Amino acid sequence: MELLSYLSWGPHGWGDELVRGLGVTLSLALTTLPLGLLLGLLIALASVSGRPVLQRLAQLYTATLRGIPELLTLFVVYNGAAMLLNQLARHVNPDAGFVELSPFVAGVVALGLVFSAFAAEVLRGAWLALDKGQREAARALGFTPWLGFWLVEFPPLLRLALPGLGNLWLNLLKDTALVSVIALNDLMRMASVAVGVTKQPFLFYLAVSLLYWLLCVLSEAAIGRLEQHLSRGLRRPAL
Amino acid sequence: MNSLMDPVLALHPWLARLLTGMAMTLQLTATAVLIAAALALPLAILRARGTPWLQTPLRLYVSFFRGTPLLVQLFLVYYGSGQFRPELQQLGLWWFFRDPFYCAVTAFTLNSVAYQMEILRGGLLAVSRGEVEAGLAFGMNRRLLYRRIILPNAYRIAWPALGNEIILLLKASAIASVVTLLDLMGQTRRLFASSFDISVYLWAAVAYLLITYTFITLWRRMEHRLSRHRQRS
Repeated sequence: MELLSYLSWGPHGWGDELVRGLGVTLSLALTTLPLGLLLGLLIALASVSGRPVLQRLAQLYTATLRGIPELLTLFVVYNGAAMLLNQLARHVNPDAGFVELSPFVAGVVALGLVFSAFAAEVLRGAWLALDKGQREAARALGFTPWLGFWLVEFPPLLRLALPGLGNLWLNLLKDTALVSVIALNDLMRMASVAVGVTKQPFLFYLAVSLLYWLLCVLSEAAIGRLEQHLSRGLRRPAL
Repeated sequence: MNSLMDPVLALHPWLARLLTGMAMTLQLTATAVLIAAALALPLAILRARGTPWLQTPLRLYVSFFRGTPLLVQLFLVYYGSGQFRPELQQLGLWWFFRDPFYCAVTAFTLNSVAYQMEILRGGLLAVSRGEVEAGLAFGMNRRLLYRRIILPNAYRIAWPALGNEIILLLKASAIASVVTLLDLMGQTRRLFASSFDISVYLWAAVAYLLITYTFITLWRRMEHRLSRHRQRS
């Protein structure tokens, strides 16, 4: 019971701090998701565009970002962007002080880059699995390419890509913990702060792991629902 | 200080450190992957054909280790064990949990067991029923059936996914640097802290890509060999 009081609300417990950290974790993931998706879609379009230069660039982008650790990407963004910003600042105003990139922004950029590289591959795969006949039917019915994409190709694209994108969302949620290493006050770091004060590492890391687990289980349920919703009207082959 | 213009020259004083780091990264990943592979196979068989009473804890195990960040798992083992220091000292196990390398290997192994178990389970369930029945018709006992038919097929089917998991673990092993291990990432962070030269990150990226691509090539070659009976001329 004494142990549980560490997790209570108020000035003596760490419950409210952990929940605030959870909020930061969630807002980091939810900010990254749309940006990463949009960038991923652009990269995927480049890689199916049929233009060799664009295709090569997209390949290089996805291969590099998928091949190096997320933590390394994070450090490159955090330290590298800070350096660039400082050089720029000194260029504009030689007396400028030291500019620091906020860990949140660095986290969004780094995780967004990683997410977009993986999402581009998922979307490319879904694109290749699309029924070509539907595209041709839309063309034959006089749809403009954009309208055809939006009304005919996009819905099944989303359905085909959803399982892969769902996995990427779970990875993103877990990868947010890395940003605690550059001192963002997310769930993970709040736990470390609490451990520093209370000297109860197992208790707090276990509590935090259960919170992450809960997020993942809830996400999985939501993705399952969404999958069902997107597959309505789809006739599955009899197995 | 700023050798951004000349990253190739800058590599020279770093090379030895980065190579030591690479060796540590490889050692860490390989140890965890191999121990996990040995544990994952029997567990996957249990998970695929055990009683529900056995399957539920395994499912929870997989769900937990795949649903929480590896960083949290590492901290649970490395820092979390500190909470039980007197007990661990009494059991004579403290030397193990005091060492960041052993803790990282433990956390990575536990994590990889979960992923490998799920992958192998998929492979086992995808083995063709007809081939197993043919083996039974030949009078093979369970042992022989597993050795000659089920396992070779399951591993062939699971091979690409297992390769993906190993690459993911290799990349994820970079977080070992957070618990002071001097793996490739750890050495890189140290070099950056002393030089403030961003190109050290570039070389670390090159090193990671080099490891990944070498591994992918080797893995493909092994996959080719595993499925040599299926090649058509």
